[in-house]
Amino acid sequence: MFYREAGDFSTTYAEDQQTFPIKFDRYRYYVVLFIAIFVIPFIINDYWANSLLVPFLIYAIAAIGLNILVGYCGQVSLGTGGFMAVGAYSCYKFMTAFPDLSMFVSVLLAGVVTAAVGVLFGLPSLRIKGFYLAVATLAAQFFLVWLFNRVPWFYNYSASGQISAPERDTFGILITGPNTEAWATYLFCLIFTVGSALVARNLTRGSVGRKWMAIRDMDIAAEIIGVNPLRAKLTAFAVSSFFIGIAGALFFSIYLGAVEVGEVFGIQKSFLVLFMIIIGGLGSIFGSFAGAAFLVLLPVALKVVGVDWLGWPTDIVAHLQLVIVGGLIIIFLIAEPHGIAQLWRVAKEKLRLWPFPH
Amino acid sequence: MKMKLATMAVAGLMVAGPVMADLVFPSLSYRTGPYAAGGIPFADGYADYFTLLNERDGGIGGEKLQVPECETAYNTEKGVECYESLKGTGGLVYQPLSTGITYQLIPKVTADDIPMLTSGLGRTSAKNGKVFSHVFNFPANYWDGASVAVKHMLDEEGGDLKGKKISLVYHNSAYGKEPIRTLQELSKKHGFELTEVPVDHPGQEQKSQWLQIRRDKPDYVIMYGWGVMNQVAIQEAANIRFPMDKFIGIWWSGSENDVLPAGAAADGYKALTFHNVGSDYPLYDDLKTHVYDAGKSAGAGDQSGTVLYNRGMYAAMLVSEAAKTAQEIHGVSAITPGQMRDGMEALNITEAKMAALGLPNFGPEFQVSCDNHGGNGFAAMTQWDATAKEWKLISDFVQSDQDIIQPLIDEDSTAYATENSIEPTCK
Repeated sequence: MFYREAGDFSTTYAEDQQTFPIKFDRYRYYVVLFIAIFVIPFIINDYWANSLLVPFLIYAIAAIGLNILVGYCGQVSLGTGGFMAVGAYSCYKFMTAFPDLSMFVSVLLAGVVTAAVGVLFGLPSLRIKGFYLAVATLAAQFFLVWLFNRVPWFYNYSASGQISAPERDTFGILITGPNTEAWATYLFCLIFTVGSALVARNLTRGSVGRKWMAIRDMDIAAEIIGVNPLRAKLTAFAVSSFFIGIAGALFFSIYLGAVEVGEVFGIQKSFLVLFMIIIGGLGSIFGSFAGAAFLVLLPVALKVVGVDWLGWPTDIVAHLQLVIVGGLIIIFLIAEPHGIAQLWRVAKEKLRLWPFPH
Repeated sequence: MKMKLATMAVAGLMVAGPVMADLVFPSLSYRTGPYAAGGIPFADGYADYFTLLNERDGGIGGEKLQVPECETAYNTEKGVECYESLKGTGGLVYQPLSTGITYQLIPKVTADDIPMLTSGLGRTSAKNGKVFSHVFNFPANYWDGASVAVKHMLDEEGGDLKGKKISLVYHNSAYGKEPIRTLQELSKKHGFELTEVPVDHPGQEQKSQWLQIRRDKPDYVIMYGWGVMNQVAIQEAANIRFPMDKFIGIWWSGSENDVLPAGAAADGYKALTFHNVGSDYPLYDDLKTHVYDAGKSAGAGDQSGTVLYNRGMYAAMLVSEAAKTAQEIHGVSAITPGQMRDGMEALNITEAKMAALGLPNFGPEFQVSCDNHGGNGFAAMTQWDATAKEWKLISDFVQSDQDIIQPLIDEDSTAYATENSIEPTCK
């Protein structure tokens, strides 16, 4: 009734090609952005920031990054944790080597370093595909974690082998360290998340993204119609690793503050982000957000219901949590293999016809 | 099971909605995951001691006690989530029982003015209270453990370790890496050769590490392990027929769970401890009357008297004594976390006090001060008797080599202070 394109005429190409061509969609998007930028920072507290919103925003960036590689370009990667570690450690090195650098710059530079490392580990993708590539990226995961554990230069020779974020600010506002305000860390991550989503969205619907998708759908056909597989695959690895590196840098500096590479950026993390995009929807920016929200918020929600409301023993709730999340993953894979994004698409189709379906 | 869950749900709904005026001692426990074997007895001991205080004495200074639990699974992200969610309950003191989570929380608790106790774990240089105002690690720390282990070897070898080979098998994390610096210094002082053998989380696969040890043929092996890593290591050591009495674990590698799987092969394995073992204390009679027989035990109630249960109970005893001290200092019974910090810094544990609590000869005497947040570093050696299935104390409580450790603590805490621009002062 209210969700339809009737009466919504595009008179320019720009209007026709915008991300949200339907008016209702567009306004909903503006409302969400408005609430995220102008309402939440005023009501947010430490718990909401550190337990829910900041991890959600950071995982969303990582999921967008991995979605570009896996969902758009079709190159399976299990190295996400390792690439996040590259982002975290390079951010740490920039933070400690150049204390006056703004956090924005440190995080962006960390993304650039990770992009370079990603390209390096993307080189095998020119020769190997599918499961074999997955194994090659798995090697990257283990190698990078081993490297950061092994070479003391990366953690500035600290006795414990941990890296911890010193206090750094941007425009005079503290962004890292313990004395930060909840709204500052939240807004800082929000800027990166919104920026990443915008860039990713526009890359994927432009010529670059179309080349990635051509490679994903059939690489030989893509090569015949003039897509250079070398450039397409390596740009996918570079862009994807850039976002994942940013996510890793934020994960370390804003969210955790101190990181031990084996525990935080282990193989578990690679799988977690992969689950996010599978549940959220491969090849969809919205799906990256939905998947991140699903896997970050659901465990916390289950804990709140189980422990705080029902008063069950914590270990039973923790085990139930594993059962429920695992069960939901299986249900999703069977009932809707295209993820939450596809559910959302179907819901929108239904809404457009509602209340008069054919 | 369904019935049980339903009853629990109903019971839970009735207890839910805690009264906020009580003294809150949050328990960041882990009853799941690869480290649950260590987390469960500790959490049970911690909770049972507070239950005893509630049932027998009506709390501390007339204030009832609450112990809300939060499951961390030894995972730093969940630990942060737990800390933030429990902060709202007004928790007086945190004991994360995880070095990784401790590192996360050190800056946070300092900024939020909440004390944290990391007995025998965490960041060793937190002993310097001028830099780490809100972090305490009495009565002993990792470096004390390393030093006391080396002292024990010196005793066995007649005071000379020259040319001996010692291997350190450690959990490849902040926890396991802690003693390396100390052991390197000690190897210079005593002339032994140190080999480092890291084991990655969670430590279920150690074949290559023990192959290396078999090749190196060290005279002693020191282990800094936790969780499932301990039992695997002891089993592997038995497989290569490494003499168990030359195999020394830190206090986190010396519980019943670690040695029982290896059966008779684990006989003679040694581990350090910073408190006494067994259940032969008057306090256990009170626990039996007020907690066990009343059906109020935490968890499954089957951990009583084990090493880690004792340690959880000891941890609870230390913070409740600190709470009493804080109540005396500030003259109020409903203390705040800030006041609790003052209580911890003025804590004085004497033998008379412990005997009065029903724990005679249970742990070392110490006096906390601003300069010294870490006690005096006394630890003793225990040995596993596989036939009797119990740990036996085989040495006195000896002090660690302070000449080696204190300079290292000063160095590391100064580095932390410069890194984070902290001006070392006493509050």
